[in-house]
This record gives sequence, C-alpha cells and structure tokens, in this order.
Amino acid sequence: MTGTSFIVSKDDWSLHRKGHIDQQRHMEKVKEAIKKNLADIVAEESIIMSEGRKIVKVPIRSLDEFHFRFNRNKQKYVGQGDGATKKGDVLGQDSSSQGPGKGPGAGSEPGVDYYEAEITVDELAELIFEDLGLPNLKEKKQQELISDSFQFRDVRKKGIMSNIDKRRTIMESIRRNAVEGTGDIAIKPDDLRFKTWDEDVRYQSNAVVIAMMDTSGSMGPFEKYIARSFFFWMVRFLRTKYQNVNILFLAHHTVAKEVTEEEFFTKGESGGTRCSSVYELALEIIQTRYSPEDYNIYPFHFSDGDNLPSDNGKCLELVRKLLDFCNIFGYGEIEGLYYNSSSLMSVYRKINDEKFTSVLIKDKTGVYPALKTFFKPHNET
Amino acid sequence: MTSEEIKLFQESLEQISNKAREFGLDFYEMRFEIIPSDIIYTFGAYGMPTRYSHWSFGKAFHRMKTQYDYNLSKIYELVINSDPCYAFLLDGNLLIQNKLVAAHVYAHCDFFKNNQWFRHTSRDMVESMSRNAERIREYEYRFGRERVESLLDSALAIQEHIDPRYNIGRQGAPQKKQCKYDKCGQEINKRVTPYDDLWNIGIKKDTGNENANKKNKKLPSEPEKDLLRFIAVYGRELEEWERDILFIVRDEMLYFWPQVETKIMNEGWATLWHSRIMREINLSEEETIEFAKMHAGVVQKSRSGLNPYYIGLKIWEDIEKRWDKPSAEEKKKYGRLGGQGREKIFEVRETENDISFIRNYLTKELVEELDLFLFQKVYTKWQVVETEWEKVREGFVTMLANGGFPFIMVEDGNYKGDGELYLCHSHDGRDLDLYYLEKTLPHVYRLWGRTVHMETVVDNKKLLYSYNGTKILKQSM
Repeated sequence: MTGTSFIVSKDDWSLHRKGHIDQQRHMEKVKEAIKKNLADIVAEESIIMSEGRKIVKVPIRSLDEFHFRFNRNKQKYVGQGDGATKKGDVLGQDSSSQGPGKGPGAGSEPGVDYYEAEITVDELAELIFEDLGLPNLKEKKQQELISDSFQFRDVRKKGIMSNIDKRRTIMESIRRNAVEGTGDIAIKPDDLRFKTWDEDVRYQSNAVVIAMMDTSGSMGPFEKYIARSFFFWMVRFLRTKYQNVNILFLAHHTVAKEVTEEEFFTKGESGGTRCSSVYELALEIIQTRYSPEDYNIYPFHFSDGDNLPSDNGKCLELVRKLLDFCNIFGYGEIEGLYYNSSSLMSVYRKINDEKFTSVLIKDKTGVYPALKTFFKPHNET
Repeated sequence: MTSEEIKLFQESLEQISNKAREFGLDFYEMRFEIIPSDIIYTFGAYGMPTRYSHWSFGKAFHRMKTQYDYNLSKIYELVINSDPCYAFLLDGNLLIQNKLVAAHVYAHCDFFKNNQWFRHTSRDMVESMSRNAERIREYEYRFGRERVESLLDSALAIQEHIDPRYNIGRQGAPQKKQCKYDKCGQEINKRVTPYDDLWNIGIKKDTGNENANKKNKKLPSEPEKDLLRFIAVYGRELEEWERDILFIVRDEMLYFWPQVETKIMNEGWATLWHSRIMREINLSEEETIEFAKMHAGVVQKSRSGLNPYYIGLKIWEDIEKRWDKPSAEEKKKYGRLGGQGREKIFEVRETENDISFIRNYLTKELVEELDLFLFQKVYTKWQVVETEWEKVREGFVTMLANGGFPFIMVEDGNYKGDGELYLCHSHDGRDLDLYYLEKTLPHVYRLWGRTVHMETVVDNKKLLYSYNGTKILKQSM
C-alpha cells in the first residue's frame, strides 16, 4: 500500500438535526398516547403522590415496538459470576418491582417490558386542562386584578443596560454615522436604545371554590384516594388558569370544619356522616365572607354517599339553598366496596336544576371524566 | 479535538496502521471523522450516518443521549462496515482514547473485510441507505407521512424475520420485483435480462400439474423463513411503493444481520488487537495509565449479563494458546503441532460466527474460569439453574440462535383457499411473549391485508392465534 491509508477529518455538524427531529415526532406520539389514556393517567398514584417532583413517569404500552419475541419470564439466560457460582444461587428479585437496571439481565434486560415516558407535571397538566374551564362564570361587581405581567412594548433612549435593544442601537449608530459621513462605526451614548415595559393589567371576575370532602369512617382508602385525585387536579387546574381564585377546604364527618390545604389532603378522620353539616358551614361562609354579588361561587362535594338517612332531607334542602347562590354545584359520589344504592345520590336525583351536576365514580379512570363534567366551560362570559 | 491534537492523532495513526498490518490485519482504507456527541448518538441510534426517518430511531436516540448526558454510558466510536471504512470518533475523546479506539477500529475493519458471513454485505451501504432514505422521503411527500409511518411501524415489527441465507440452496430464486419508483437499482437491472431462464437449466419443471392444480397449489411450496420477503412479493393488498419499503427494510436488515451474528467474535477480536497494538506503540507514562484504565473498562464484567468484549477476548486468547502450546492430549488426539496459534485465530475469524465460535471453542476450562451459568426466573426470583459446562454452552448457543429471535415460518399464503396467511412458530422449548404476539399480529395483518394465523405452543399446548382485522382469536389445537 502506498501513501497514507487513512484520512482524518472534522466537519461542522451543527445542521444535522435528524435525531432531534425524529425524537420530536416520538414526543408527539407520546403526547397523543397520553391524551388517549388521560383517564388512566390522571389518577396514577405516582403523579398524585409526586409531591412537587417535576418529572413523572407515565407507562405507555402503545409505544412499545412490538415484535415476535420470547417470554422473558420463561427464558434461560447466560450469566457470569465472580467465581464459584452454584446452582440455586439467587441473583435478584423480580426486576419488575424494582427500577430498570437493578435486576439481572442478559443484554436484553428481562423484566423491563414497557416504555415509560417522562413528562413534566406541567406538560401533563396542560394536556388535561386543555378544554376545561369554570362554567357559568359571570361578571361580578367587585373585580380583582388578576395579572400584572410586564410587556416590553416601547423603546426609549434612557434605560438600564440589561434592557438594551442591540439591534436598534446598532441601526441608530449606522444611521448617525451615515448622516455624519464619518465612516466610523463607533456607538455613542446618543445611539443607545432601551426596551421599556408597560404593566399589563387585566381584571377578571372573582371566584371562590369550596372543596368539600367527606372524611368519615365509611370513606376507605380507595374512596379517599379518588376524592383526593380529583381535588389534586382541581386545585392545580384552578391555580394554572385563574390566578385569583380562592379555594376553601372543608372536611366533614358529623361536624364540618374549615381546614388548611395540607390537612385536607393528608388528614384522615373517622366517625359517622352528616353531610348537612358541611353545607351549613359553606352557607355560613358564603354569607359572611363571599357575597354572591361579588363572587362566582363553586362548591364541590365528594362523598361515598353513605349519609345518615335522617339527614338526607336536610341535605336536599341545603343544596337547593346553595344553588341559589352558586354558579354550579358539583357532587361526586364514589362507588366503593360497600356502596349502597340508597345513597345521597338517589336523594339528589330529585334536584332539577341545570346548575347541579353530579358524577358517580366507580374506579380510578372515572376521575378524568369527572373533571371534564364539572369543568365544562358552558355559557362562559 | 483541536487541530493540534488532530495532527498528533494522524501521526500516531501512521504507527497504529503499520503495527496492525505487521500483525497481519487486512483492512480497507480508513476514514476517521471527529464528530460531536449529538451526532455520534444519532448515528448510533440509526446504525448509519443516513437512514430514513422513523420515530423509533428518535426514541433510541433520546434514550442513548440521555444516558450520555447523565454520564451513564459513552460511545467512543462507531464503525461502519463499508469500503472505505468509516469510523466516527467522539469529539470529546482524549488523544490517547482515540489511539486505542483507532487500533480497535482497524481490527473491526479487518473482521468486516475477511469474515465470510459478511461476504454478501454491500460495502457501499452508506450510499444505498441514503438513497433509500431519499426514496422514502419522496413517498412521504407523495402518499403522506402518516401512511408511510404506519407502514414502517408494521414493517419494523417483523424486520427480524428475514432469511439471511435466502439464496443458499435456491436456484433461480425469483428476483426482487422491479419497482416503478426505483432510482438506484443498478444491480437489479443487471439481473433482469431475456436470458434469465438460463439460470433455470437443470431444474425440474412440474408444468403439467401446475396449471391444473393452480388453485390448490401450496404457496410457498416449502415453509419459508423470509416472512418480510414473502409478504413483499405475494401480499395482494400492497401498493408498489409499500412493497418497495418492505424490500428496503429487508435489505437494510440483511446488511445488519452479520453484525448481530458475530457480535462476540467481532468485539473480542477488536479488543484482542487494540491491546496488542497499543502495547507496541510509544506511549507516555500518563497515556499508559489512561490506556490501562480504559482497557479495564472495556473488559469489565458486566453486572447485568455478558460483556461480549470480555467473553470474546478470553476465547480468542484461549484458542491462540491451545494452538500455540497444545497439551499432550491435544497433540495426540488432534495431531496439533503447536506454534500455529496466530494462523488458527485468523482462520477462525474468517470462517466462524458467534454460534459456531461458542460451540467449537467455549471449553470446559473456560466456562469454569469465566464462571458462566444459566439463570432464569423461578417464581419471583432470578436464580442460577445450571452450571454444568455442556449445558451452559448449549444454553448459550440457544440464546444466540437466529439472532435471539423466535423462528417463524410461513406455512401457507393461501390458507383455507382464501388468501389467509398461516405462520408457524418453530417451538424449541421457549414460549412466546403472548402479549407481544397479540400486538404484533395486527401489524402482519396490516401488511398482508387478510386474516393472519400463528401456530405456537404455550405450556406444552398447541395454540392457534388469529387476527382478522378486528380481534384476536385464540384456539387450542
């Protein structure tokens, strides 16, 4: 062989975006798949319990790359030990209960058999809230300012250096130098241009949401989890879309009390159930603190429907009273293990008011439809 | 790498390539490209510098890139089986790392060039794949991105089901159908001539009965392993551009297949030679330490499974030793003369693939020294189930068979006389993943256009899975 048999080169690859472009398409598919499975994902424990973690993992089976393959749980693999490995030695527990990589594998990692998309809670929230809104929102007398964001809309000669408008400054310099015919390109203080801002003030109607939850003994872990999943997204949704919505948390068994958000989501109580207690409290709060003249009022109540029978009549009466003040009243009933068909729901069937909305939730997948039912933005003004 | 470093690298390449040649390695001309991490992971995900677009590549790219970003794994190089041979080096590599990588790459190139399983691979696949990509892009433009994507989804679902030895033992095998849109196919054109029937001289024709029984004629006449090809040729519902894409997917898989089949040998071979070459070139003290660290990383036992670099290296070294200094028994039994180690490993690198490599050269002593065993899931635990060396070797070979994929045969392309497709899984003791089976059959249906069946064995019972376009049916047989 003559001469060199090799070439070494280094080129500019900055325009090669292929991997990123196809990754984007993959992300699109992930989002499509998530949207299709929102009902399953919304009540996913890893999200509700994410406690502020930014990124959550969502299992998506539809994005597996399917092909004919062996059953990984029945197959034998070749492994390598540190010496003196004997028959019967245990290498690890079933890796499906652990994170990937912990279990033993044979190149093909048995155990990890579905694709988990990573998505931020915000992105997920965006997908969930896409077509939700506060129903029957009306203009009220006393309006609060909801956003005071800044918008850069003006250019001035004075300002702080961090807001300098480079393009306009250079244009000014070129223009001045051309006029003066100096042929120079120096920038003089007079050329400097700064971006300045206006305050963007918008007003929006006030709203208060009253989250009411049954915390009585009959509300088991499942029922509580469902109610919490609903309120978790509800609170998130309200805070994302409306900056100045007040949210009150009322917990009740036979007596009701106003609790903090943290208590609402973490504390469990016991005892019997008298739902009228919480409605009374809600009415009292509306009368003393949130006048219907000034506020849009949205009470939501979640219960397993197992109310003291003698209390049902009173509940009906109070709900009717509440409906006079409210934009809508949402009632969610969770059908748990000991569900009884003569529940509060059957009592509320008598209510014939379009402002009253009720939802029956049987399992985790019912949370998303419930959100969609309650926050269907009809008649928005 | 700065241009200064590139210059130094070029100087050492001179030494490295000379050493490689002295050792008897025989390689193509080399093209080394220094590329940034994004690009090396793109090439890693696609397997090639240019390939058609598909979201699955984007997914692979993202996964690999994330692992790199979190410092969990790193690709130092990527080498392409082509003439000239392209090797892509990560821009962030140290000079010494690039030296080792270059030595490694020269041995890979030698392997590509000389191992017989690569004999039929196209050496200008970089260009072919870029033409394929262009054609698929054109189909996207003409027929819509969604349609092309959905076809690729289905084609990729069965891409492993090709027959890499399709042409062996077949005479006058029907050639690839000429495609209307084909821009490249020089080779294809060459073969379609008025004299093609000459190839069929000497092959018995059963013309008499053929016409009479045309309706009942079995298609294929013998069970066929090449599912992708079978569908591309005989699928009645496919449009021409769809057939073309199936052939593209098949051609690219045929190109990659020998790499799947020689992973252990090829990586072991490259590791063997990089260490020998590096030992013979001048290194500073610091470089020697860095080299030792990196080499130790390469041959590190993997906690999760087998490290092909390590296993391959140990077997190569063992072969050379046993042919250099045969034991008394080997001398007597096999008439081995000794001193033939080098010659022997070059012969093995020419003729074997991983299956025969393991079967012929994984000895009792090696299984024990490497502490190899078989393990499997027992209830909820992963447990060692076999340490006896012959059983381990057998299990190893089974794991490698057919690239690790189940054997699927096309039994009948006109099942029930109704054009339905009947596939049979050649069961070898390993059951299929039934969830995946149920999800893959619709892809086959998407391509075939009529009901598809798959015969398999689950827990010692024969089962027939069918998909008719709306649902999966499961029957015991």
